[in-house]
Amino acid sequence: MNALELANKLIARFGDLLSAPVEFRGEVTLTMQDHERIQEVCAYAKKELGFDYLVDISSVDNYGDDPRFTIVYELYGYGHRCHLRLKTSVGEEKSELPTVTTVWRTADWHEREIYDMMGVRFRGHPDLRRILMWEGYPYFPLRKDFPLAGKPSELPEVAFTRPAPLDGGPFVTLPGGKDAMAREPRVRQPDTQSVETISRLERRADIRKAHEPDNPSPHTK
Amino acid sequence: MATVQDIHFREPAGRVAEALTERRDDIAEEMQDLAGEKMVLNMGPSHPSTHGVLRIVLEMDGEIITKAVPDVGYLHRGDEKIAENMTYTQFIPYTDRLDYLAPLANNVAYTLAVEKLMGIDKALPPRCQFIRVICCELARISAHLLGLGAFAMDVGALTVFMHTFTEREKIYNLIESLTGARFTTTYTRIGGLSRDLPPGWVDQCRKFIKDVIVNFDESEKLLTRNRIFVDRTRDVGILPKDVAIDYGVTGPNLRGSGVDYDLRKAHPYLVYDQLQFDIPVGTVGDCYDRYLVRMEEMRQSVRILHQCLDKLPDGPINIPDNKTVLPEKKKVLTKMEELIHHFIVVTQGVNAPPGEVYFGAENPKGELGFYINSRGGGTPHRLKIRAPSFVNLSMLPYLLPGAMMSDVVAILGSIDFVMGESDR
Repeated sequence: MNALELANKLIARFGDLLSAPVEFRGEVTLTMQDHERIQEVCAYAKKELGFDYLVDISSVDNYGDDPRFTIVYELYGYGHRCHLRLKTSVGEEKSELPTVTTVWRTADWHEREIYDMMGVRFRGHPDLRRILMWEGYPYFPLRKDFPLAGKPSELPEVAFTRPAPLDGGPFVTLPGGKDAMAREPRVRQPDTQSVETISRLERRADIRKAHEPDNPSPHTK
Repeated sequence: MATVQDIHFREPAGRVAEALTERRDDIAEEMQDLAGEKMVLNMGPSHPSTHGVLRIVLEMDGEIITKAVPDVGYLHRGDEKIAENMTYTQFIPYTDRLDYLAPLANNVAYTLAVEKLMGIDKALPPRCQFIRVICCELARISAHLLGLGAFAMDVGALTVFMHTFTEREKIYNLIESLTGARFTTTYTRIGGLSRDLPPGWVDQCRKFIKDVIVNFDESEKLLTRNRIFVDRTRDVGILPKDVAIDYGVTGPNLRGSGVDYDLRKAHPYLVYDQLQFDIPVGTVGDCYDRYLVRMEEMRQSVRILHQCLDKLPDGPINIPDNKTVLPEKKKVLTKMEELIHHFIVVTQGVNAPPGEVYFGAENPKGELGFYINSRGGGTPHRLKIRAPSFVNLSMLPYLLPGAMMSDVVAILGSIDFVMGESDR
């Protein structure tokens, strides 16, 4: 049995819920219309079609499109050794879908990671906390509107975001531009629009002024 | 005369579990009191047996663990975010720093994923494929040697560590002459390799794999029938087959539990289908089985290396497409066409088609997978790294409860994880 046959079986069971299978580089992808039924589809795929190994769950931020987030499930069966990709989308306002931890226990950490990085919540997850970032971190760093250089997030006693030890860091590249010069890693101020950043920069400038010697050496000029 | 009574002594944690499974709520509470106050012990993030920065919050009842909550993320660098902001080729050095004990294998896995997206993974020249397999297997031996040495050291056998590290040093010398760096190799390129084998390298490698077998035997003599080692690992941290699959565990840990699954055999990439090797499988799924599987995997890697070095063909190492691979430097300096290609490849990167692929490679720690979502062009729209260590660690809340405090180091050592990969 190959992946396409298995995908067709899934379509035969769920009908219009799933789109026609797309094949690319030998991999079969199914897109699901209604993310609310992901648990049902996954449970069926595991029980009846033998997809007993959930390889991975990924999340994609289609910034600017609606629905904004795509959740990608990579399914695999040790019995038939076939791989199937299941995709479903979830909008930004709701950004919530049912958990599949009841189907595969490995989904636990994958879903926590997606919550941590993208801010998509999983209903029914036993322990939906941040996993890679620290508890109390205010942003979702893998979203496309989060700058590569990061955003300041002061959390007293827990974490701080000071500039990197090198002057003015962090050194970051610019995303995707065609101009290699502009993309070169260099000092870029993180999100200069935000009020807190500006106040922080001013504070830093004040400190620097306070430390400046009265007679600066010729090297600093 | 006092009456003689049978003494039924069981550990408090066991009694609580029994009361709970029998669903006798009336005595469960009483037993909970008897079990006494639980103690919370914080292990890590800098503990010698956590091999990096893993933190585990252990809830203990006496010396028995009742609950374990792993806390990862201390080494999070945002690799996936970084990948979205640079060309495919620029991300190769970052893959060195995933599983930093097997950088060559990471390089190969990542470039194969990108090549799969571009549809050129089957078109790689044979010499390139063989060299990549050699890289993967050298990395596997090196990673397993470290894993074994550290594991043995954690359970009290320091000598093995010295033995395995001597051999790792030789591998690093080989890697250094091959790539110019010992750890941060960045050896592969999209569509090929950064350089060919240096002269005399094959003979050096042959000599090494002849010597390393002796070292395996020595290490095995020190461990396999060592009473202390066996007592500390056998029937400790048993991971049943179905649970291993449910938790998505891969690599030697999965095979230690008796699942005959290796991506090199199940879905052969590169030239693994032309090579002969066996997949060692465990029976019980305890720490001892995981140790035995790793030991045998290294021997199989040596077998693969012998075949690769014998079969290694001549020929080019890069695909003949200058829009993907950098053209030869001599031509860049003298010919216009090559200069343009060089400029485009460096500034804009390779031209990948829109689409999405997942590619998983059998790395020393398990299945290292890359999910690439491309909208065309030189940068990925989303690159997700499926890190085997991350997934393997997620089973700790299952594996640790019920074990003794001293078993934690044995279990952690036998899982053989790397935090650089887990936290990305």
